[in-house]
Amino acid sequence: MRDVTLRMAWRNLWRHWRRTWLTVGAMIFSNGLLIFAMSLQFGSYDMMIDNSLQAYSGHLQLQHPRYLDEPKMRYAVDDITATGARLRRELGLESISARAAGFALASSEERSYGLQIIGVDPAREPLVSTLPGLVKQGRYLEPGVAGEIVIGAVLARNLKVKTGDELTFIGSGFDDSFAAGIVRVVGIFESGIADLDRALAQVDLAYFQEVFAMQERGHSLTVRAQHIDDVESLQAKIATLLDNNESTLLRHWDELQPGLRQAIQADMASNSFMYIVLIVLVAFSVLNTQLMSVLERTREFGTMMALGLQPGRLARLVMLETALMTALGLVLGIVVGLIINLYLSRVGFSYPGMDEVALKFNLPERIYPAISVASMTLGPAAVAVGSLLAALYPALRLYLLTPIEAMRAV
Amino acid sequence: MARFSVHFKTILTLSWRNLWRNRRRTAIMLGAISVGVWAMIFMTALMRGMVDDMLNQGIRNLPGHVQIQHPEFLDDPNVVNSIDEAQGDLLAALKDDGTRVWANRIRVPAVIASERESRGVNLVGIEPLSEAEITGLPGQIAAGRFLESNDDKGLVIGAKLAERLETRLGKRVVVMSQDPDNNIAERGFRVVGIYRAELAAQEEFNVYAARATLQKLLKIEGRVSQIVLVDDDYRDVEALYQRVAEAAPEGVEVKPWYEIDTYLAVMFNMMDGFVLVWVVIIFLALSFGLVNTLVMAVFERIREIGLIQALGMRPGLIVYQILLESLLLLLIGLFIGNLLALITIKPLEDGLDVSIVAEGMAMMGAGSVIYPNLSLYDVMLANVVVILLGILTSILPAWRASQLDPVRALNTH
Repeated sequence: MRDVTLRMAWRNLWRHWRRTWLTVGAMIFSNGLLIFAMSLQFGSYDMMIDNSLQAYSGHLQLQHPRYLDEPKMRYAVDDITATGARLRRELGLESISARAAGFALASSEERSYGLQIIGVDPAREPLVSTLPGLVKQGRYLEPGVAGEIVIGAVLARNLKVKTGDELTFIGSGFDDSFAAGIVRVVGIFESGIADLDRALAQVDLAYFQEVFAMQERGHSLTVRAQHIDDVESLQAKIATLLDNNESTLLRHWDELQPGLRQAIQADMASNSFMYIVLIVLVAFSVLNTQLMSVLERTREFGTMMALGLQPGRLARLVMLETALMTALGLVLGIVVGLIINLYLSRVGFSYPGMDEVALKFNLPERIYPAISVASMTLGPAAVAVGSLLAALYPALRLYLLTPIEAMRAV
Repeated sequence: MARFSVHFKTILTLSWRNLWRNRRRTAIMLGAISVGVWAMIFMTALMRGMVDDMLNQGIRNLPGHVQIQHPEFLDDPNVVNSIDEAQGDLLAALKDDGTRVWANRIRVPAVIASERESRGVNLVGIEPLSEAEITGLPGQIAAGRFLESNDDKGLVIGAKLAERLETRLGKRVVVMSQDPDNNIAERGFRVVGIYRAELAAQEEFNVYAARATLQKLLKIEGRVSQIVLVDDDYRDVEALYQRVAEAAPEGVEVKPWYEIDTYLAVMFNMMDGFVLVWVVIIFLALSFGLVNTLVMAVFERIREIGLIQALGMRPGLIVYQILLESLLLLLIGLFIGNLLALITIKPLEDGLDVSIVAEGMAMMGAGSVIYPNLSLYDVMLANVVVILLGILTSILPAWRASQLDPVRALNTH
């Protein structure tokens, strides 16, 4: 029996092949567009998060509870190197690096600039941040060597220094003492992120602790998870390891870079609005087609009911027709979307002026779609649900049909 | 032409009546067009509002629609990259009526220190009277007063910076920078005013002092970092730019805002493209339904079309009649859609609060309240695109109807 309904539904669809194809066409168009847009969107979010976090802030940071809101030297974490070593050992994760940060006025022969000076562990820093790998001139710091500094490219240009030149810096230490030193520029990095290139410098952690009278303290333990999806479980694990320790707080990247998640949310909200409009328009198309197709078959349906078919059967027939149409739109839409995505994943996507915008959000000049089950099916699934919902009205109308009147309809 | 107008009346009546023969179908199609047009205009107004806000804020912070500075200054904002204060031809050009406001400005990196903390800041030397018209800074003073003259000895800092430095109104802070010979230039200032800005980053970064006071401190009497000019509308600064560029002395650089902040320029230019793409996409999604409606309308009337053809109506008039039917449908849909857009945008005039994602908006350079901007251009664009493309997509079904063979058409069904 079921087979008969299916065959009937299929044949009914092609009674007006133009109408069916136009409706399916609307679905294919929307599905293809949704897949294209969502894949690029997800792709750019992933890249935005990765690039922003990789450059410097990492996925998690262990800090003094007040340090995030008031990044002052005195809000430090005690025994930072030892804590770092313990976490690395117990978690079996190497990418945990200790840092200390201070502010100093650096002077070259010609120029003076204020800069953020960071003491890092040169052996571990490359595991949590991409900066060490972005040294374009000279080399990165070597572990345990005092008196070496690596600075950003813009800062180097402004200070008019090259690798090998000396810089003097003055600032104030942990105990409000005078902190000063002479360092040699061994490397210059270029990250493309203006804030970093313009005002950041790194020195060896032990040297920093000595100059700034920090003793064994530091300001953050920066943790990079294997994958962004592991961050939450890693956070929970570290929290249990550091149990009942109120002098530190583990910060998630959401807190370290609140703008990032919110920029994504704002973008998602406006995109969702556009997606919903597209889906509603497809639903209108389906409603139109199915309502017309039901109305023009009033006589036919009347006859079928007179022959003993229950209205429920007819309603199911109409829903089955819609389902077939939707399935066709779904499959072909995914095929179209996949072709677009495969093409774009080879050549990338960009539009005039995108490089400027991309720079602002730490994105490359071309973005590539993220081809995933979610990006390929979320849109089409929503279109399918919208279409089936739209067909409910014409289908349910059939329950109001009385055979005699229906058979008299023109 | 007389014949045309008689035809037109008949055809219009025919089209209008045909449109309402299948009320449900017409109503559904009208629903789709209205929603589509509403979405086109509503979304565009929100985006425009957001981008306008970004541009206004961004340009106000540059500040100035046109800037004059040392060619190296933007890349290397050091005290050595300074220029002469406005004088001679340039001064004459600036005093010309066209320039709304202009001001000399000093901008150098500096370190500011309280008893407890020190921070790197952007030390700005301003001329308080002109500055008031450029940045609206005086209106943002939360405590104390704004600078009063070009040689005011006070310092105005942001609330966030005051918090960071653990200092407050009336306290002294030390400002350190360098003079052109790389000697440390240092001076104590009393904090006379504290301001609050929309973006926290500015509050923490920009520190204001009077222009002449800084010139003395930095040993650059008669020289400044920039001369900033503001015109009436940032969209139209070309005339001002040309005039100033001609009058500027050699060795200085004159730049309009869109060359200084290329991100803002791109956002500004991209907006028109975005609006067009959005409108066309919505139209395409609508077009399937529109063609569908017309194809079905023709299909139902095959016999009838055959009959009027047999009675002598020319194919051209059939095309004409169907196109008119489509146009009427589009016009009614547009009317409802525009009305909906107006009704929904009106209550948002006081701003749509998006402070939940405030820091994300700040990352894009926008504030946390969106004021929709319903521009006539965008509304016209949406309407024109819908009508033009709508007629265009209707041509095929209309033409097919006119090509029916009367004999066959009459015998269908």
